[in-house]
Amino acid sequence: MPSVKEILDTMDYGPAPEANAHITEWLKPNDQGFGHFINGNFVAPLESGRFDVMNPANGDRMASAAQGSAADVDAAVKAAREAFGSWSKSPGHIRARHLYAIARLIQKRERFLSVLETMDNGKPIRESRDIDIPLVARHFYHHAGWAEMVEDEFPGYLPVGVCGQIIPWNFPLLMLAWKIAPALAAGNTVVLKPAEFTPLTALAFAEICREAGLPPGVVNIVTGDGRTGAALVEHPDVDKIAFTGSTDVGRLIRKATAGSGKKLSLELGGKSPFIVHEDADLDAAVEGVVDAIWFNQGQVCCAGSRLLVQEGIAGKFLAKLKRRMETLRVGNPLDKSVDMGAIVDPIQLNRINELVAKGKAEGGTLIQSSCELPVKGSFFAPSLFTDVEAASTVMEVEIFGPVAAVMTFRTPDEAATIANHTRYGLAATIWSENINLALDTAARMKAGVVWINSTNLFDAAAGFGGYRESGFGREGGREGMYEYLVPAWEAGLKSSVDDNLAPLSAVPPQVIDIAGQSSIDRTAKLYIGGKQARPDSGYSYTIRGVGGTAIGQAGLGNRKDIRNAVEAASKASGWSSASAHNRAQVLYYIAENLSARAAEFATRLISMGQKRKAAEVEVEASLRRIFFYAAQADKFDGRIHATKSRHVTLAMNEPYGVLGILCPDEMPLLGFVSLVMPAIAMGNRVVAVPSPRQPLSATDFYQVFDTSDVPAGTINIVTGDRDELARTLADHDEVEALWYCGSKQGSAAVERAAAGNLKPTWVSNGKRRDWLNRAQGQGHEYLRRAVQVKNIWVPYGE
Amino acid sequence: MNEVRHIGAIPARFAPVARNSGTKLCLDWFEDIQVNLSASERRAATLGTRRTVKKNYQAAWLVKAIQCIDLTTLAGDDTPGRVNRLCAKAKRPLRDDIVEALGLAEAPPTVGAVCVYPAMVTSAVKALAGSGIPVASVATGFPAGLTPLPQRLAEIRYAVSEGAHEIDIVIHRAQVLTQDWQALYDEISAMREACGEAHMKAILATGDLKTLRNVYKASMVAMQAGADFIKTSTGKEDVNATLPVSLTMVRALRDYGERTGFQIGFKPAGGLKTSKDAINWLILMNEELGRRFLEPDLFRIGASSMLADIERQLEHHVTGRYAALTHQALS
Repeated sequence: MPSVKEILDTMDYGPAPEANAHITEWLKPNDQGFGHFINGNFVAPLESGRFDVMNPANGDRMASAAQGSAADVDAAVKAAREAFGSWSKSPGHIRARHLYAIARLIQKRERFLSVLETMDNGKPIRESRDIDIPLVARHFYHHAGWAEMVEDEFPGYLPVGVCGQIIPWNFPLLMLAWKIAPALAAGNTVVLKPAEFTPLTALAFAEICREAGLPPGVVNIVTGDGRTGAALVEHPDVDKIAFTGSTDVGRLIRKATAGSGKKLSLELGGKSPFIVHEDADLDAAVEGVVDAIWFNQGQVCCAGSRLLVQEGIAGKFLAKLKRRMETLRVGNPLDKSVDMGAIVDPIQLNRINELVAKGKAEGGTLIQSSCELPVKGSFFAPSLFTDVEAASTVMEVEIFGPVAAVMTFRTPDEAATIANHTRYGLAATIWSENINLALDTAARMKAGVVWINSTNLFDAAAGFGGYRESGFGREGGREGMYEYLVPAWEAGLKSSVDDNLAPLSAVPPQVIDIAGQSSIDRTAKLYIGGKQARPDSGYSYTIRGVGGTAIGQAGLGNRKDIRNAVEAASKASGWSSASAHNRAQVLYYIAENLSARAAEFATRLISMGQKRKAAEVEVEASLRRIFFYAAQADKFDGRIHATKSRHVTLAMNEPYGVLGILCPDEMPLLGFVSLVMPAIAMGNRVVAVPSPRQPLSATDFYQVFDTSDVPAGTINIVTGDRDELARTLADHDEVEALWYCGSKQGSAAVERAAAGNLKPTWVSNGKRRDWLNRAQGQGHEYLRRAVQVKNIWVPYGE
Repeated sequence: MNEVRHIGAIPARFAPVARNSGTKLCLDWFEDIQVNLSASERRAATLGTRRTVKKNYQAAWLVKAIQCIDLTTLAGDDTPGRVNRLCAKAKRPLRDDIVEALGLAEAPPTVGAVCVYPAMVTSAVKALAGSGIPVASVATGFPAGLTPLPQRLAEIRYAVSEGAHEIDIVIHRAQVLTQDWQALYDEISAMREACGEAHMKAILATGDLKTLRNVYKASMVAMQAGADFIKTSTGKEDVNATLPVSLTMVRALRDYGERTGFQIGFKPAGGLKTSKDAINWLILMNEELGRRFLEPDLFRIGASSMLADIERQLEHHVTGRYAALTHQALS
């Protein structure tokens, strides 16, 4: 070591390694390899097969873990199922005590877990010590609270059951906490598979569960690679899958679980914009970049990797940024003076190298910090691409490494356009000292998390999750709890929808309803963009009433009609930005006009075979339902989460945009109303396919809509074959969410096709709802399913 | 005006700092400045968690801190005797055995300067004669700065004539609070002129200015008016030196340096008491400004009790035993 005198000249920081003797000691008894944690015990894998766990900072083998087989997964699921009964029935307070005990134990082990995480993952000890592990403890504390309150705060909801959880390697223990804490709080049991690069803190957590006296089987941990994850996803007795990882794998999981009835939440990739307006505190924004892309070696799903800088200040900003890059220190992650540690694995390092090479080949200029990199281990220098275009690979593809790409914009409008021009929608960062500009930009972002004048802030009380192909579902806060709960009414529904109905026929009818003859012929067309439109096919099909008599004709819509309807809905964006009051007014107006035609709508129902009394009840219930959602339009609003002091964390309920709705055959009027009204009340534009058997109650609405100031394109109706049209809607990349009421096979097909743009779906799985029952046919779940929550972090202080 | 400053034991490889000649008042350098409080706080909070120094490095950094201390007494009950004792400590801030053990016996460290009221300058100059340690005097109606300008300027001239090498002036806060930059510029320029050869540290009293944007603007005006150092506080405001305020000031002096080529010094004062504080501020300087700014010609810490804590830490470093304050000379 240099002398004090020598150091007085250099003023180097010198090495400051965190001791890791406790970890070595902990690993020693497991030298022969870790087992799985099943039913409260560490057990040897049922089939042979192990993999080495490496320290990415030096390439040393730390331990070996078991490659979980389908048999191991099955044992774990059985244990979880066994435990579910008593765990889900135990009072919330008892679960709160367990979660509290876990939180306390994590706090007592903070340093141990930090060092272990750093050795396994390669992240700097500063981050594991100051960010990851404190957030882990915070998450369990927060959810101890939800466990205590769940019965009161989520009335009418039940735990989902056995949850399969698959987590990534970038924040191993934190992602475990994000998954396990809400699951347990809500009364579920879990089987969790940590990433194969980083299983060690999950195993250490298993010890904590045992020490905290958690009942056996409530938490099970099975290690292994993607095959283990697949076994978990495919296991028939798993009720929910929660996955954090790549968009590609998320898509596979969406397909694999399609039709299984498994609840699903996906937290996937991103290419998040980081916008620096000209009125920003530039030095602060530079530090923001450090926290955005050089945090955790850039291996962060919500990393601000697309820097968008206003043209007038771009030169100044980049000069500051380049200077700042030079003071970053990369090296031994256990060193307390290191900003960036090791890339998790040589495989990931190769991927980063490949993408960077591609960026250069496409003409990008690569700027890298001249910092020294260790010779051994997987390291990559902080990097920045300039001279890139919106279409450049490094501007579009998630690199998952410490590489940002920068381009300029001219106006706030252009910034928002570029920012949203991506298939992803996880996070966005906005720097501006002008509150008008900052909030306006935040409102425009198609992203689940928006940070103003800050970046990568996390808290257990705030929701986290994506828009678009960044996944669906939220983790953290109240919105996160819903991912681990199901409405009691939905859980109690029975399968009853007939999968084998005759196809719709365009062959002219043989038996004609005499009553239908008395008036001038009314052929229902489609309703697209506020106008009645002929079906593209040129065919209509016969609608049959009592005893099979033909009571009318409806257009046989096809994929082109869906295309046109989606286009009209896309254009009608004014509806989504209209005030909630304005939307309520329109809904009330619809009710008013429906009421004026109540007798006509009842007659229509009677023609389908309903009894008069029942028909009148259905019309009356429809009116009441419209009133209910008119009332909700300006009341189902967001929250302000209690996160950090001097931060307003706004949780805003935003409409998806274009929402596809496939209506049920039962209760053709009330079913249609019960689905379309919550969707539009929350600001969505709808493409609805009414009951194929009985579409006329919906087509009768055209004139109601026309006279109720419903803006053109807000509600579009395409009649025809449900499953065929559902398929087109599910496939359509501009449809942002889809509700399907119909058969089990149809539900499966919708979920499978929705993997394309990963739109969230809500399918009935062949179960029939009692639309007249207000607990089933309306309420919170419908509203919740009609919105996605955007969390906007607004720090304040002068 | 661009004469060379010679202060302290600065490694020979560093070029001397050219004295700031100031500029005309350039409003456009600061009028549109944006400083975000929360972001400044976050950066400040992580400076000390992103970097640390251990073992010999820690010892060296603490010795460096001693060399940057303006050992200060600014109390109503100051007497020549009290000043003498302080000066003795300034000359020999560490016990000989500690200096020896640190391997610094050849050139034992001394503090950066001794800082006193004008009436105590004579005593301090006498006590420090031959030590090479400069005497700094506060002036201009310290701490409030609300006496008439002629008196404030006369006070500077008095302190300089008594032998002060450095003058710590206080600014007229009302001029910042009312954004009267011309008046502020004119007064500080006059003070700089009154300082003559003596170096001028402009105390912004940031605790009174409240907002970081005010801090940035006042910093820039002070530098344009010719300040050699900008200094946070008198030690008498409700809130004295904080890291977010310091961060704003060092960013301002970095911006000024980029525009003019002049390197301006920075002096946090008030509220810095521990070795940890000393290290945190050295890290701030190193990270935001670079190695050159870790020398006493560009960095000072206004402190009185901090030295004792540093000495205690260094004693622990060389002996491995925790030290008692009573084993070290009083300052």
